[in-house]
Amino acid sequence: MAQIDWRIRRLGQGVFTVLAVLTLSFVMIRMMPGNPMGAMVEQLRAQGINPVRARELVRIRMGTDPTKPLVPAYFEYMTNFFQGELGYSTFYQMPVATKLAQVMPWTLFVLSWGVFISFFTGMAVGAMMAYWEGGKLDVGFTTFAVLMGSIPFYVLAILLLVFTSYRWGWFPTGGKVRAGVDPGMNWPFIASMVRHATLPILSYLVASGIASLGMRGNSIRVLGEDYLRVARLRGLSDATISTQYVARNAVLPLYTTLLISIGEMFGGSVVLEQVFQYRGLGFAFYQALNQRDYAMMMGGFALITIVTVFALLLADLTYGYIDPRARGGKDESY
Amino acid sequence: MSPTDEPTDGTDAATDLETAMTNGDTTMTDGGSEERMTDGGTVGSPFEVVSEYEETRMDRYSKYYDAYIRAPFAIIWRDWRARIGFTIVLFYLLMGTIGVEIVNPAQPLDGDSFIQPFNPNYTIQPWGIPEFSLGFWTYTGIWEFPLGTDRMGRDLFAQTVHATPAILKMITAGALFAVGTGTIIGAVAGYRGGWTDTVLSSITDVFINLPGFPLVMVLALLLDVTNPYLIGVLLSVAAWGGIARAIRSQVLTLRQENFVESARAMGVPRRRIVFKDIVPHLMPYVVINMTNTARRVIFEAAALYYLGILPFEDLNWGVVLNLAQSGGAYYRPEALHWFLVPMFAIIGISIGLILLGQSLDRVFNPRVRARHEKTTVDEDGDVGSEPSTGDMITGK
Repeated sequence: MAQIDWRIRRLGQGVFTVLAVLTLSFVMIRMMPGNPMGAMVEQLRAQGINPVRARELVRIRMGTDPTKPLVPAYFEYMTNFFQGELGYSTFYQMPVATKLAQVMPWTLFVLSWGVFISFFTGMAVGAMMAYWEGGKLDVGFTTFAVLMGSIPFYVLAILLLVFTSYRWGWFPTGGKVRAGVDPGMNWPFIASMVRHATLPILSYLVASGIASLGMRGNSIRVLGEDYLRVARLRGLSDATISTQYVARNAVLPLYTTLLISIGEMFGGSVVLEQVFQYRGLGFAFYQALNQRDYAMMMGGFALITIVTVFALLLADLTYGYIDPRARGGKDESY
Repeated sequence: MSPTDEPTDGTDAATDLETAMTNGDTTMTDGGSEERMTDGGTVGSPFEVVSEYEETRMDRYSKYYDAYIRAPFAIIWRDWRARIGFTIVLFYLLMGTIGVEIVNPAQPLDGDSFIQPFNPNYTIQPWGIPEFSLGFWTYTGIWEFPLGTDRMGRDLFAQTVHATPAILKMITAGALFAVGTGTIIGAVAGYRGGWTDTVLSSITDVFINLPGFPLVMVLALLLDVTNPYLIGVLLSVAAWGGIARAIRSQVLTLRQENFVESARAMGVPRRRIVFKDIVPHLMPYVVINMTNTARRVIFEAAALYYLGILPFEDLNWGVVLNLAQSGGAYYRPEALHWFLVPMFAIIGISIGLILLGQSLDRVFNPRVRARHEKTTVDEDGDVGSEPSTGDMITGK
């Protein structure tokens, strides 16, 4: 264990997490109270399908054979998973992998813009707060940040929907694109897409509150450093100091926060897409959950896990390149 | 209180100790000090000096109280954020305890549907106080439905009040579970090191990597829980990982400190070192995390109820949101308050918690503290005119 490169160790941890989640989902399907697989076989049998055929259908739908002993069934499930066979969604009536591939881009689209805009806002506000620390602007924006941090994003989403969509009619009340627009690289489609995505993206703005407070703290800390005084004594211009010295050092630690919050926002998309009836990954996951569509549920959960793990892994592995101070692979072993 | 209070308190404690020793038989009752008291009859003998360094249990408790409860409380009370935060949280606590006793539970057809908040047409005169006039103002009673009613005519104020106990239970259970687990695992991993650390850290990392909210959704669906304490624990099941990691890295530095080394040399049991010597140093951090976890539990609980994933018996804030949505509060202007009331309830308590957490952070965060110490010491003198929390700590 001792001298393995920490990157490999970190990668191993990520893989381990994904495996753990897959195992968890397998166990849940197999051993869940109410035994969904048994229920499904019974249901098919009741529809007049002969038992062998019923079991075969269940095998296709769940990605695992209900009659097989635990261990071989587990390996079969895992093998299938890594070959991209996630089972068959009973609710959507299509393979889970196909459905996930359909909804994934929409969620990523909203999420990436949401993350980008909220962090950009947060950093700008945080920098201003630090610059005028203790002043009226600082107090004002701190209040704003506290308020933003206190509002659950779904509450903001509902409020936006009530006012801007239902009351004032600025935005559509739900969905991904207007019905009847043919998909493709044409202007009406893109315009409609953007219009439908605006409110979900804006709802992510609440994350900017936390980001701005982080930025403020970092900047204040940098402002108190001795090397800043040295830089001033050397007669460097204010512009150089603020961009090269303060901003750079303050923004870097936020990079990790950003990638971590991607994972959290992915979880949040389940609620958000429900509010806006935005048929992305979170919406599909929620539907699966409500309809007891276990294959879809576990497939969606596994995908969300993989994306989260990947984001965190990326954060850890690339941080050394972005922030030279963290380079040297010290990790946190002490 | 001024910074100079500290030393006076110290001397007070010392005089207390002396007086306690002179008339020891009356005050010292706990077993540890009995022996010393019986042969301490010769007051003023040089042997007394030795026992001066010995603490009685009461002394230790009063010292702990001073160091961990009174002093931090006095410090944060200077901060406006803390004052507002405390008041808000206290308000919710009162609502969940006394409020439930005073306000009757909401019943369908209490009033008409969609009565607007603060509607002066519906009033009651509690405790039989009749109408009276003060010349410029006439008392006609108080609002019967201060926050309006929902579609079935249920009083929203009563709904909000009666949802509070369950929410408070969830918060408490969730925060205690996450912070407790995180602290124990983080502290043990950091202190023990070696294989224990490797195993515990790996488990922690798995939990950090897990997408919390979807996991909670799946678990909530499968486990079918209704007990608020269990729901709180469930909601924070993915929250302890981050706390454990942070605690671990702090313990890694603390374990090098002299006091830990001397404790180890004295042969103090490992468990005692970790939980009596190390963890108390991390208490501020632990408390801050508790408020953050509490906020997270509320958000997630309300979201789950709003999505209709958790089974419910009472109308709590998330359920009310759900009912409002299905009742058409989106497009019915007269039903807007149906949304707003639970929203304000959620936002209110999280503002309280966030302010509390922030003020604690401000006091205990050495980065912020260092910055403030610096500004008061050498940069501009006018900052020092207003005693900041930084001064309080430097003054100690």
